[in-house]
Amino acid sequence: MDASAAVRIKGLTHRYPEQKRDEQALADVDLTVRPGIITGLAGPDGAGKTTLMRVMAGLLKATKGEIEVVGLDPVRQADALHLRVGYMPQKFGLYEDLTVMENLVLYADLRGVGAEERKAQFERLLDFTDLHRFTKRLAGKLSGGMKQKLGLACTLIGTPELLLLDEPGVGVDPISRRDLWRMVQSLAQGGMAVVWATAYLDEAELCDDLCLMNEGRVIFSGAPREQKERMQGRCIQVRDIAGNRRHFLRHALGSPSVVDGVIQGESVRLVLKEGLSEPDPGVLEGEPTARVVTVEPRLEDAFIDLVGGGPDGHSVLADTMPLVDLPSGVDPQAVIRAHELTRTFGDFTATDHVTFDVKKGEIFGLLGPNGAGKSTTFRMMCGLLTPTSGDAEVMGIDFKRSASEARQKLGYMAQKFSLYGNLSVERNLIFFSGIYGLKGRAQADKVAQMMDSFDLTRYRRTNAGELPLGFKQRLSLACALMHEPPLIFLDEPTSGVDPVTRREFWVHINALVDKGVTVMVTTHFMDEAEYCDRIALIYRGRMIAAGPPDQLKKAVASEDLPDPTFEDAFIGLIQRDDQAREVAEKDKAA
Amino acid sequence: MSLAHPPVAGFSWRRLRALCVKETRQILRDPSSLLIAVILPVMLLFIFGFGISLDTNRLRIGVVMEDHGVEAVRFAAAAAGSPYIDLVFANSYDEMEDSLVRGKVRGIIVIPQDFTAKVMEGSGDAAIQVLADGAEPNTANFVGSYAQGLFGNWLAARADAYGAEFHEPIAVEPRYWFNPTTVSRNYLIPGSISVVMTIIGALLTSLVVAREWERGTMEALLATPISRTELLLSKSLPYYGLALIAMAICVLIAIFIMNVPFRGSVLMLLLSTSLFLGSALGLGLLLSTVTRNQFNAAQGALNAAFLPAALLSGLIFEIASMPAFVQAVTLFVPARYFVKIMQTLFQAGDIPSIVVPNLLFLLLSAIFWLGLTAWKTRRRLDG
Repeated sequence: MDASAAVRIKGLTHRYPEQKRDEQALADVDLTVRPGIITGLAGPDGAGKTTLMRVMAGLLKATKGEIEVVGLDPVRQADALHLRVGYMPQKFGLYEDLTVMENLVLYADLRGVGAEERKAQFERLLDFTDLHRFTKRLAGKLSGGMKQKLGLACTLIGTPELLLLDEPGVGVDPISRRDLWRMVQSLAQGGMAVVWATAYLDEAELCDDLCLMNEGRVIFSGAPREQKERMQGRCIQVRDIAGNRRHFLRHALGSPSVVDGVIQGESVRLVLKEGLSEPDPGVLEGEPTARVVTVEPRLEDAFIDLVGGGPDGHSVLADTMPLVDLPSGVDPQAVIRAHELTRTFGDFTATDHVTFDVKKGEIFGLLGPNGAGKSTTFRMMCGLLTPTSGDAEVMGIDFKRSASEARQKLGYMAQKFSLYGNLSVERNLIFFSGIYGLKGRAQADKVAQMMDSFDLTRYRRTNAGELPLGFKQRLSLACALMHEPPLIFLDEPTSGVDPVTRREFWVHINALVDKGVTVMVTTHFMDEAEYCDRIALIYRGRMIAAGPPDQLKKAVASEDLPDPTFEDAFIGLIQRDDQAREVAEKDKAA
Repeated sequence: MSLAHPPVAGFSWRRLRALCVKETRQILRDPSSLLIAVILPVMLLFIFGFGISLDTNRLRIGVVMEDHGVEAVRFAAAAAGSPYIDLVFANSYDEMEDSLVRGKVRGIIVIPQDFTAKVMEGSGDAAIQVLADGAEPNTANFVGSYAQGLFGNWLAARADAYGAEFHEPIAVEPRYWFNPTTVSRNYLIPGSISVVMTIIGALLTSLVVAREWERGTMEALLATPISRTELLLSKSLPYYGLALIAMAICVLIAIFIMNVPFRGSVLMLLLSTSLFLGSALGLGLLLSTVTRNQFNAAQGALNAAFLPAALLSGLIFEIASMPAFVQAVTLFVPARYFVKIMQTLFQAGDIPSIVVPNLLFLLLSAIFWLGLTAWKTRRRLDG
């Protein structure tokens, strides 16, 4: 092992007292963290990242295994460790009712930083995080990005040798995430050892060194580059698809030569089986115009490959759903309509004159940084919030006139699966079908059918709270679909879900769309936005751009960036809006 | 990079001060603690003070005048002058019985037809009949003894007026010490203050540790070099100050608004309150530490503080008349000792023979609750 390593872990295993005998939060983990670089700790929720972070921070005692952090035993020498290791937990560990400066002073006192030294450190940290202007503001009144910077500043007081950041990017928009990344990178270059835990594989890809985890085990450790090299040549994009790209994807996923596939705007991206550089000819059958282009692999491709590939593209669920037949009088071009939708809270305008129409059988995405107003807009479209002015309509029914009739038309799946955790799977299904008005024979049939098509029968008596993540998601979707709604509204449906489960989710959604179901979705996964037919970008309450993903990407393409990702488009469009606003304000002043 | 870290000490005044300053700022900015410390005691004390009273002020008693003779009228007039009862007159028994059944009167005094004649006779056979509603035994007892007292007094006064000698077998002349007018409020209010302070103390601290867990700040705090003692003290001292303010409000209300006399010393009051708060704040902290959830902790604090303090402290139910097992349980209820001390300080003053043993028990109890909290406080997230 490396003598200069900041963290040395060997054979670390941890089981929480409430876990069953065959379950482990950490299973035989090895990890070395070297100073001067950023070490990524990546994996989906429940992979064991936070447990490992807490063990390194001396906050948990692992069941067994060897661990040494900055040369100390994190349990027996915890006091010395706490002075030399900076740990930023999720939610940043800030006191929201204290000001920025009061938070800094508190942590300086707790870490025993003297008056002289403190002055210099505060100055440097405030410069570094650009928080000088906000020292008197309450931490709770800061934006997500600023909270994250303050959290980092508080962690950096006392100049730790090792910086542990637990999912610093969660709940923060891509722009702030990029800022933070640059700041942490400069710290690492200054000689600090950094561990950055993340569920976003695109973030993990940027790390110098990587520990990729799944279900408590390390499935890869080394440079992310190695994984991408391994996948080189196996990642292709199929462009100029003449037919329906969702049909094409389903067909391709059915082929044994394809490990994984996602929709990217008008194109479909596929990952091929090891050793192949072209899909078998059956995949491209009936698509004479389609072009196959080899593309740069991503870490997510490697992850899916490491865990054995994604789902096969067939949705049993959609087989049981009837084709959507619009009642006469409903305009198929506008099954969902927002017209000059506005909502104010006091003197704050959360949604500002937003107008859009969604066609039947379309996937429509609402995207925007946190606090930009996308959730407010979404809630008005579900009838959960009354607009201050403007109209929200579904299937030609205005929420203002007949909210309950309108709600009956839509299936709603909330963030974090709003299921009753202490009711069994079957009970949840019965309850949700009941509130949508299903009764007797029809209800019993529907419940049985849902359990069957989602493969939930073996879990029927299990409490929803104890289900594995993927099954929770299925159950949640099943509950939203009990009444066979023509519209489904999904609010961040896949946040915190591993890539394979996410793929599976989209297989169902794509199949539903084939049946004529219309989908409105909010998401913060940029690559997921590409499943949408059209996207509305919401920023500062206004819709600053709308259109198919490819069109938005094209809008920011330049000579330096000929092939922008959707994240580039997102950031580019927001920055453009900020600049336009600044110009407008200057003009006003002049 | 600077590696010149100060030595790690178990306890640092600077860290303690920083944590206390933080806690105080949070108290001042979060209205909920101030509401608990200022508004809640006022509300609770008024509810206890005016809602609970063991006195039966002005009983309504019906008088059935079957006799309209001179002595009957004189007796009725004397009875009407009593400050403890309101008299309602009727001529027939049936009329009054109806009022008793409907609860309009609490009892009936019947002055029989031959009353005047018997009194004039002077044979000592004169009698009145007293009827009371036995469904409320306490009130029925009052009615009985009031009527008896009235009649006895009237006979004595009459004998006196006629210059005749009147002999009562034994003259009982009760004097109630410390609370000469036997106003129950004078001992209920000091006792109620103990119950109110139990609730407030436990409620205040029940929220504070759980809040840090819920908001994720505890994890950040534990990753700094703070010690268990610093954490516990910083969670107790500011709330001790806040609870003292609540106590001062209670005592001032009792003395100046409810007119309960206070005969003890302020110093003794402060000392006993401080020791008592050790238990009350400790109980809240323990619940907060163990549940790590504000809602559960507050629920627990309300039940664990209020019920024993109200039922087992001897404030409402005499401890001496409880079954032996329950009496043993009351030994672990700190409010029991505080109720005793408060009643003594208010009604009698600093009586060392009563106050000191109770103070010792309070001290033991405070050590027990705070010790248990310290034992349950972890420097790590697990075990």
